[in-house]
Amino acid sequence: MDWSWLPKYLPMLIQGVSITIQLLVSSMVLGLLLAIPIGLVQVTGPKWLAAIARGYCTVMRGTPLLIQLYLFYYGVGSILATVPELRQSFLWPILREGYFYAVLAFALNEAGYAGEIMRGAFLSVPKGELEAARSFGMSPWQVLRRVWLPRAVRNVLPTLGGETILTLKSTPLAALVTVVDLFGAADRVRQETYIIYPPLLLVMVIYMILTFIITRIFAAVEKQIPVRR
Amino acid sequence: MKIKNLLLAATAALMLGAAGATSAKADLVFATDAAPYPPFTSQNAAGEWEGWEYDILQALCAEMNEKCTLIPIAWDGIIPALLEKKMDGIFGSMSITPERMKQINFSDMYYNSASVIIGPKGGDHNIAPEALKGKTIGAQASTTHANYVEKYFVPAGATSKTYKGQDEANADLAAGRLDLVQADGVTLGSFLASADGACCEVYGAVPVDVEVLGPGVGVGLRKEDTALRDKINAAIKSLANKGVFEEMTKKYKLDGLLTLPPKG
Repeated sequence: MDWSWLPKYLPMLIQGVSITIQLLVSSMVLGLLLAIPIGLVQVTGPKWLAAIARGYCTVMRGTPLLIQLYLFYYGVGSILATVPELRQSFLWPILREGYFYAVLAFALNEAGYAGEIMRGAFLSVPKGELEAARSFGMSPWQVLRRVWLPRAVRNVLPTLGGETILTLKSTPLAALVTVVDLFGAADRVRQETYIIYPPLLLVMVIYMILTFIITRIFAAVEKQIPVRR
Repeated sequence: MKIKNLLLAATAALMLGAAGATSAKADLVFATDAAPYPPFTSQNAAGEWEGWEYDILQALCAEMNEKCTLIPIAWDGIIPALLEKKMDGIFGSMSITPERMKQINFSDMYYNSASVIIGPKGGDHNIAPEALKGKTIGAQASTTHANYVEKYFVPAGATSKTYKGQDEANADLAAGRLDLVQADGVTLGSFLASADGACCEVYGAVPVDVEVLGPGVGVGLRKEDTALRDKINAAIKSLANKGVFEEMTKKYKLDGLLTLPPKG
């Protein structure tokens, strides 16, 4: 097996790991923030809002992520490019990068999956606890912030950990819209040296290490929250 | 037991079917880029091949008295595909370069053209490396043009972006995501002539560096297939002497844009 390429491409691979982590963290944070209202309105919201949220989850979960990414990058991206004011604006350096569209697509996709998870999570909190909170005189907002959300999140932490790992394994798609993430870096090695398997095997090991780290982080967070069943 | 046998038979039939679909009926199989590369090779709406290079392949195979087929393969995996014997040769505007010669062998060159940079209309036409500092330059991955960007423009402070197909790089230039695109002059010419190419114009040809850009385009072959290489070289020579290259070049209105194999 030929590893002679490694010294030359090591900086690119390290850069790639950092891009992959940034992609994962930003799309998970954005996706989960969106998932909270999407899950909540399906449990307590007005009917029309619940229907929109349900429709959103169905579309996002029912279509391939790659197609969503292409629609944002080639579709939305080229429509934005036809607005001259935007092209001259300070936002353009961000809007022209594939990275932006990758985060957008991953976050919106994740919001679809996690929205459904959060819906179940909100339902899983016993009604009595919410009634107890209300009888203490808490406002609906306080009930949500102090009781409902923390209890709901605790219930689905293991599922969210699994979602994070699945999202990590979706991030290589970003390489298809010119982002040089970890997989993109391995792809560059292949394109420039025609060496295929060693770089792929190396990034596989790195993805496994990242997955392991994610499971550790979630396990640590779960331990922090005391639970009595 | 019966069901198990049935399943086995069905699996075997499927596997044979799949193998049958990939094994070629023709005597020689050549591969080109799966993404269109007009005016050299592209597939029309009916899925039929057309273009200067496809016509040359037909003439070449007639000259060798061989039956040939052309199959599409993703460009950045085309050399591994050749080494894995998915086809006999690469016939897809592949430049002969020292880096590629480490992996495969080439026939003699059958054409050459300039490596050109294009950009939005009205931009600064200075394409010296120091003038491109901070610019984003697109090129198709695994091409001499991408290697040129990497060697000359990236050290001078430009950013390189590589694409699976030339048309994707062109689309990103039109969408304003790239400042410049470097590619073969002829194929960029046909992009600029299209509706999407109205955004852009030629900035100029890059200075020649044979080590990166190579002496021209040849048929990519496995190192051990020397008999096939000799046969193709003889056919290229005889087509050149018959004036077939000039004829095709006129047919596609490429006069003066291509360097053709020498006669004699």
